Amino acid sequence: MSPAAPSDLALFWAGAIAFSIIVYVVLDGFDLGVGMLFGATRDPELREEMMGSISPFWDGNETWLIVVGASLFAAFPAVYAIFLPAFYFPVLLLLFGLMFRGVAFEFRGRGGPSSLWSAGFWIGSGLVAFVQGAAVGAMILGIPIKDNQYAGGPFEWLRPLPVLCGIGLMFGYGLLGAGWLILKSPTRLRDWAYQRAPFLAGGMAATLFLATIVTLVQAQGVVMRLTERPWAALFALAGALSLFGALRGVKSRRDGQPFAFTILFFLSAFGFLAAAFWPFMIPYSVTVASAAAPESSLSFLFWGAGLVALPVVLIYSVVVHAVFWGKLRIQGH
Amino acid sequence: MELDPVLLSRIQFAFVVSFHIIFPSFTIGLAAWLATIEGMSMATRNPVYRRLFDFWLKVFALSFAMGVVSGIVMAFQFGTNWSALSERTGSIQGPLLGYEAFTAFLLEASFFGIMLLGRDRTPPWFYFFSCCMVALGTMLSSYWILCNNSWMQVPLGHTIVDGKLIPDDWKAILLGPVQRIRWPHMLLGAFLTTSMCVAATGAWHRLRGTAWEESRVMLDWGLGLAAVLIPAQILLGHLAGDIVHKYQPAKFAAIEARWHDEQPAAEVLVGWPDEATGRNLYALSIPRLGSFIATGTWDSKEVGIDSFPVQDRPPVLIPFWTFRIMVGMALVMMAISWGGVLLRVLGRLEDERWFLWLAFLSFPTGFVAVLAGWFTAEVGRQPWVVYGLLRTKDAVTPSLSTPMVLASLAGYILVYSLIYAFGVVYFYRLMRDGLTRRTQPAAGYGLNTEPVQ
Ligand code: HDD
Ligand code: HEM
Ligand code: HEM
Repeated sequence: MSPAAPSDLALFWAGAIAFSIIVYVVLDGFDLGVGMLFGATRDPELREEMMGSISPFWDGNETWLIVVGASLFAAFPAVYAIFLPAFYFPVLLLLFGLMFRGVAFEFRGRGGPSSLWSAGFWIGSGLVAFVQGAAVGAMILGIPIKDNQYAGGPFEWLRPLPVLCGIGLMFGYGLLGAGWLILKSPTRLRDWAYQRAPFLAGGMAATLFLATIVTLVQAQGVVMRLTERPWAALFALAGALSLFGALRGVKSRRDGQPFAFTILFFLSAFGFLAAAFWPFMIPYSVTVASAAAPESSLSFLFWGAGLVALPVVLIYSVVVHAVFWGKLRIQGH
Repeated sequence: MELDPVLLSRIQFAFVVSFHIIFPSFTIGLAAWLATIEGMSMATRNPVYRRLFDFWLKVFALSFAMGVVSGIVMAFQFGTNWSALSERTGSIQGPLLGYEAFTAFLLEASFFGIMLLGRDRTPPWFYFFSCCMVALGTMLSSYWILCNNSWMQVPLGHTIVDGKLIPDDWKAILLGPVQRIRWPHMLLGAFLTTSMCVAATGAWHRLRGTAWEESRVMLDWGLGLAAVLIPAQILLGHLAGDIVHKYQPAKFAAIEARWHDEQPAAEVLVGWPDEATGRNLYALSIPRLGSFIATGTWDSKEVGIDSFPVQDRPPVLIPFWTFRIMVGMALVMMAISWGGVLLRVLGRLEDERWFLWLAFLSFPTGFVAVLAGWFTAEVGRQPWVVYGLLRTKDAVTPSLSTPMVLASLAGYILVYSLIYAFGVVYFYRLMRDGLTRRTQPAAGYGLNTEPVQ
């Protein structure tokens, strides 16, 4: 492994992947959150409206996960080849969760065991959120590697910190989902979501607090890094303020505010993690420089995908969201 | 054979990819056809096209959703089970998959939302544009994935540094001689699959006496398209065979079940290749035809399997039979589509119930041919995962244990069977009632949403 500095192209792709992860977390975060909230009510009217609020978006949102995976495979194949085996069973659960979620949009309401697909929808959503949080927790603890390949057992990820992070992310996505429903719903669903938001924010804050304590005890590497980079505390502060802003929005019933501030919260949390990990992609063994694909791959990707496709994708993602802008239309209202 | 992680991972990969390919081979053609009939409906204002569009859109939505969820599984298979392959060839396979995600998946997924729910929120030209974008996305997707697979079949344009394969000529990888034939062969395979399904649906409704006008349009389009495409597909298939002959002689010998060198070579039409003894049982063969198929001359020398070292020989039985099934399906499609066109010209198409039955029963031909084609290509490539460079047994994830893969495989089989079983029921209901029953709008963004309960 060379301790060399990463090339410009490697930096570009590390940045592009970080960006895609954020886009993914925000976009799929809200529809996974709505999916979990779906399980929190039995009222068929609320449930239909929840489904309706995300049905044109879920597929496009989820595709950002493929973008993250494929970019990683393309630009940092070594990371892809370590990360996925390390999370063999979590990835399996993630895929099953995504499958049940995805088919629910089509299978529900076609007769047959509708309750099965409804249950699949919210359990699947919860599973996906949990696994993603757990992966972050496991990264904080570190991943055993030998000869550029994963060298641990199948259940390394099943420890207290990853579990806490998983639960925390479930609350976090739930909060995003509530923010989305508040933004989109013109009916009593909005009030329903307003009532749930403080509980979700509180649950998230509490699990994060516990996770911090466990990190201090178990993950010395991360703690060391952070003491070298005291400015990382600014991200934590920004996160706390955003959460406060979201709660203010709930209190004053300004429909856009909870969603916007929850997004800010996720951005801050991401910044904090990046500060703790940089320049490692897998802390603390694989760096951006050592995992990067050869220049011939990175530049091939850069000229087409990075310079042309990525901006075009952003433009039409905005167009699609603009087409469905505004509050839901409810039939018969 | 022993149940080791390699064998289990192969079975798992074959299982999930076979499940996946069923949907693309249908949706690629359907997306293009939907865009076409939306264009027809704008141009002619004939309401039949609009009714057909609304019906096939629902079928498309269901299969597209199943294509997406099963495809996401594929994107992670390379990492979870074939991490040694990913690590060594990631700098070539990764960018190809990356381009697929950036240019194809995001395109189809984003505009799919508009196609499904945006009719009342967009001007007609933009709606039509969205249909075209979805169709374009599916075709681009097949291009990139075939690039990837063609490179694994016949690696070109790379150098080897520290045991890793590094790309040095992207043009050869993107537009190589193998890709130039295999991509159109796959694309036409998808179009044929859809054509046969459309024709079969038309025949079915005609037999039941439902959806009179629509069934006529479906029969015409389906049979007409298939009649035009099938000769082209047979030609491309022949060219694909030339490629195998040139670059993968061991696979060619397996497809032909040719055990020893022969000059002139005979062609085994059917038979039972017996791998234990290296002979063909019950073989029906034609002298000299083998040489002709391979080279166009009647007396060329063709290599047999025993010319290759034992550790480089592919299985014979599977490629031999799957190839014949594919060719058989091509002949069935040709007979039905040409027969249908003839009957139409004679003005008797809708009166010959026996023919309508045949057309209806031929709906699976495309799926069977596509699967059989892939099995020929992939099993014939063994024991290599990257032909001549990386063996399948060296490509698997080192940290996998047998119980792990056994558990994941069992999980996939369980979950897929459940989803598949219900998917088939819903497809059937949609096909049966979709054209005749009107649906209720539900809460959402537009009026085109599905009925609730
Ligand atoms: C010839 C075509 C073809 C072939 C051989 C494959 N696929 Fe596929 N795939 C498509 C054609 C396609 C498509 C037409 O683009 C799909 C199918 C239905 C759909 O919704 O998009 C799709 C969906 C799809 C998705 C979901 C995309 C989304 O979110 O919209 C992924 C991640 C993959 N595929 C990945 C793969 C991988 C890794 C394959 C190989 C091992 C593979 N596909 C074989
Ligand atoms: C007489 C007709 C046909 C011939 C001679 C033929 C020939 C071939 C050959 C030789 C291959 C293997 C290529 C390789 O290993 O790289 C192949 C693959 C394939 N065939 Fe065919 N084929 C025919 C008809 C069809 C039809 C009708 C379909 C579908 C509707 C089809 C779909 C496929 C697919 C999907 C593959 C796998 C992808 C690939 O390897 O290109 N084929 N075909
Ligand atoms: C979608 C249609 C496809 C089908 C039906 C198909 C079928 C199969 C089958 C039957 C096997 C097992 C072969 C054996 O082990 O004997 C296999 C293996 C494999 N295929 Fe495909 N395949 C398809 C497309 C692809 C594509 C597009 C790629 C790559 C981009 C690919 C990559 C692989 C890999 C990595 C393996 C596992 C290693 C191996 O056994 O060689 N396949 N596939």
